[in-house]
Amino acid sequence: MRIAVCAKQVPDPEIPASRFKVDEGSLRAVPPPGVSPVVNGFDLNAAEAAIRLCESEPSAVNEVTVFSAGTDFVMEVMKKPLAMGAHRLVLVDDPALAAIETDTSSTVRVLAAVLHEEGPFDLILCGRQASDWDQAQLPMGLAETLNLPCITLARDLSLTGDGSLRVHRALPDGYQVIETTLPAVVTVSNEYGEPRYPTLRGIMTATRQQPIRYSLADLGLQTQDPPPLRLKRLFIPERSRGCELIEGEDDADSGRLLAIRLREEQLI
Amino acid sequence: MSKVLICAEIEDGRVSDATLQLASAALSAMPHSHRSIAFVGDDLSEIEPAAAALPADTVFLIEHPALKNGDAGVFDAPVSVLSSLCQQEDPDAVLLARTDYGSNVGPRLAFRLGQSAAQDCIDLAVNPESGRLAVTRPVFGGNAMAVYEFTGDGPQVAVIRPGCFDSAPLSGGFPEVIRFDPAGAICEPRARLMDTVAAQAEGVRLQDADIVISGGRGLGGPEPFSRLEELAELLGAAVGASRAACDAGWVEHERQVGLTGKSVTPSLYLAVGISGASQHMAGCSGARNIVAINNDSEANIFQDARYGVVGDWRQALPAFIAAVQDLQND
Repeated sequence: MRIAVCAKQVPDPEIPASRFKVDEGSLRAVPPPGVSPVVNGFDLNAAEAAIRLCESEPSAVNEVTVFSAGTDFVMEVMKKPLAMGAHRLVLVDDPALAAIETDTSSTVRVLAAVLHEEGPFDLILCGRQASDWDQAQLPMGLAETLNLPCITLARDLSLTGDGSLRVHRALPDGYQVIETTLPAVVTVSNEYGEPRYPTLRGIMTATRQQPIRYSLADLGLQTQDPPPLRLKRLFIPERSRGCELIEGEDDADSGRLLAIRLREEQLI
Repeated sequence: MSKVLICAEIEDGRVSDATLQLASAALSAMPHSHRSIAFVGDDLSEIEPAAAALPADTVFLIEHPALKNGDAGVFDAPVSVLSSLCQQEDPDAVLLARTDYGSNVGPRLAFRLGQSAAQDCIDLAVNPESGRLAVTRPVFGGNAMAVYEFTGDGPQVAVIRPGCFDSAPLSGGFPEVIRFDPAGAICEPRARLMDTVAAQAEGVRLQDADIVISGGRGLGGPEPFSRLEELAELLGAAVGASRAACDAGWVEHERQVGLTGKSVTPSLYLAVGISGASQHMAGCSGARNIVAINNDSEANIFQDARYGVVGDWRQALPAFIAAVQDLQND
């Protein structure tokens, strides 16, 4: 059984809001200087899920391949899933992908093509959403394009005796147990558990490994006509600051005065 | 005249609030459109009288055993029948709510129709020049806003965040009620819902609470949450948490407030040691009063808070709790 994990390089979502800037002309986020991008957090949850399946079902699962489509990849960043224990890294690395970054349908087309080229895969794992454009629809698009079931928000995954996959799907108040035939597309949520820290040995192995690279031309793809959904404006919303700060003689006094203020307002 | 199709949801046997909000979103963005509302389910006889009074031009009732509870968790059946309905009706726009159902069905429906959906829209307008929809959606965890416009001429599928539009009236309309036969669209199931497991709820439910006290990364560990519990008990409040605190394992994930997690609408939301990442604020922006205790005066939370203490919660919180006790004893 072969597992594919789709992963995206994104600006570090931990950048404080005060340092977060956008270029309204080029419609891009501008990361502060010196801040490296990261692998989208939910995609690392997906990589962790793939690696754990591989470890818990060694007779069934024998390979985890990580796929990414984009450009300007930072190799130490993109190799993190390899350092965690994934076996192969496949990058569709093409400058033309920068222009269509915000168009999910193009990314779906590219990933579907490279998954076909490198396939077949029994399970395609994705993060539940990306922390940059927050679309949460690439996995659904992939599933529809490949005509596969799409089970979202996994917080637990296991193989059943008859070759199906059992997914615990996170709900606000509990979870659903879903059994799906394979192949399938499954998205993984943060409830699955924190991705592991790469071991030193894992980092050494990943350093020596070279990703398999494709350009759009290698996949027989061209950039598409206008996407069905086009980004027209990107801006940082203005916020009014109407916070009444309660200041006492020290922090404890402030706490005490806050309680009194809230009582005055009949909030407590 | 443009045609809008609203994909309805049923909650506790009633037309959901989020569905009524879609009806008013359609009315405000496309006032002269022809509006249809589609219900799916295994048995719609109970909802039919209410559906037949909705303010719309047409109501579609689509019944099939595979559509029970909207094929929850799997969603294959509604995607198939709605795409078949779209092929017949050729709507210009399809609206869904950003619920579990809508955020799964919307994008899949869009891709099945050769389009791409706009997820998590907080505003909707029509570009008068192109006649196409422009949607506003938070991006980069809410740090920025993006306006997207649909191009081409296929159905424009928009998934709208609940709470961004007022609810349309539940009655007063005289729609034509049409039964749509889904039989041809339903396929052999590929996945099945085997079980639904409810989390053990302790204390006041977050979604129902009038006061929510939430802790975040700034608390530094699981122990301080017992102080929040203590305060919650005094105030009859529920305890929530930021994603960082849940992912660190300090509290169970069921307490998570945010875009991924629960949305709460209390009259008082007290955030302790929460920086206020927009991911979190998306879950509590419906609170009437946000109050923050945080040692970083630059923290985002103070942008949204009505009252705040800039200081160390280790000092401020115990004094706050003691003062609450005193006030209650007076």
